[in-house]
Amino acid sequence: MSRDKPMLPLASIVPNSSFLALLETQGLTPTWEIGGGTSVLELPEGTTVLAVRYADGVVMAGDRRATAGNVIAHRRVKKVYAADEFSAVAISGTAGMAIELIRLFQTELEHYEKIEGTRLSLEGKANYLARMVRGNLALAFQGLVVVPLFCGFDEAEGMGRLYTFDVVGGRYEEQDYAATGSGGAEAKSFLKSAYQADMDEEQSMALAVEALVAAAEEDAATGGPDLRRGIYPNVVIVNRDGISEVGDDRIAAIAATVVGGRP
Amino acid sequence: MSMPFYVPPEQLTKDRAEFARKGIARGRPMVVLEYVDGVLLMGENPSGSLHKTSEIYDKVAFAGVGRFNEFEMLRVAGIRYADLKGYSYERDDVTAKGLANAYAQTLGQIFTHEMKPYEIEVMVAEIGNDPEATNIYRIQFDGTLQDVSGFGAMGAEEDALSERLESELSGLPDLNAAVRLVADTIEAALETETADDGWEAAVLDRRLGRRKFRRLSTDEVVAARA
Repeated sequence: MSRDKPMLPLASIVPNSSFLALLETQGLTPTWEIGGGTSVLELPEGTTVLAVRYADGVVMAGDRRATAGNVIAHRRVKKVYAADEFSAVAISGTAGMAIELIRLFQTELEHYEKIEGTRLSLEGKANYLARMVRGNLALAFQGLVVVPLFCGFDEAEGMGRLYTFDVVGGRYEEQDYAATGSGGAEAKSFLKSAYQADMDEEQSMALAVEALVAAAEEDAATGGPDLRRGIYPNVVIVNRDGISEVGDDRIAAIAATVVGGRP
Repeated sequence: MSMPFYVPPEQLTKDRAEFARKGIARGRPMVVLEYVDGVLLMGENPSGSLHKTSEIYDKVAFAGVGRFNEFEMLRVAGIRYADLKGYSYERDDVTAKGLANAYAQTLGQIFTHEMKPYEIEVMVAEIGNDPEATNIYRIQFDGTLQDVSGFGAMGAEEDALSERLESELSGLPDLNAAVRLVADTIEAALETETADDGWEAAVLDRRLGRRKFRRLSTDEVVAARA
């Protein structure tokens, strides 16, 4: 009898609810490897995304521009995504990597939910996302940075919550609003002056869109609403009823008012 | 060195099949039934948390009877298979047929190669945009794969269940009628009465968004039967 097969059932069951662990066993984990000292080409980068807490949950919004150096690489990039039924994730940084990261994150959450029969807690999702960001640390030092923004409705606490991250996988819970990306500082200072507690859905969406407009006015890499081409920010709302993507027509109306009212 | 007794393959297969059938017939039955908006998966299950039905992917669902740990292994493997495929290619590329084949291969292998065959049967259901796109596959303990149309029953008294469903069914029922039919049929075939919260029911509903799978609550089952 050979004794070199310690096939304890738990040994194989433990990572079963993780999709990333499954990808690793199959050698399919998305990786971007570049040699040390190599300089990175100018790749499309996503810019400003933000999230605002309101009375019933969270509003998350992102501009649509991706830039590669001085060039506008894409005008209609989607940076705000539903992570699952009750949470949303937005990205800034190297667009190609970030979009893949989000796809992996979405699959991971759904995979866990289906196998375990229950959703991860909001905190658990945020921790998991932090781990994924940490996995890209080596690349971050070579210029390929991915920094997400995460928000959701905490079903246990009955409130919306937001999280920001840094490249080493630091995870920070924010109180009322958060922004990241090249225009993030500008957006944040606007949000700081205009934020009010307990706004309703409509007010918070207007605030989010105006913060993006404010960022676009100062930051060349951030695209404001393009009324002529009909390009508007992506906005999602997460509350007790789950996540919903706000239609372009609704954002168009808000954008027109906001842009018209700017000093 | 001891020599194992010679057992003719016919006998071996027969014994194994009989063993598996006995195990499956002890399990409570499960019915998969097409209705107007999709597919209903329903059976008796006193446990509210150890499910016999499950979401596999957007339009694909699973139902199993027999030993829980054995079909649970297939359920989890199915989710892993589907998620891996959907992530590598596209969500629409995940189909019930591919999954049913994978299950059939697995059960076939286990039936011939393992110490004991699995005492389970599973069904995989898939819906599309219209009733014509519905597919239901049934996979037996030995890897036999069948394409089921309209309805399928597995577990205890499956023949009696099938007969009764065949005679009662005319056209596609609505959800309430489907729930009523399955519940009445199972109660009649097993000659039992099931408590209100003793049912497990789930649907693939083509009116839902991307993920078509939904569990019915006890209240919904009770309301449908009233």
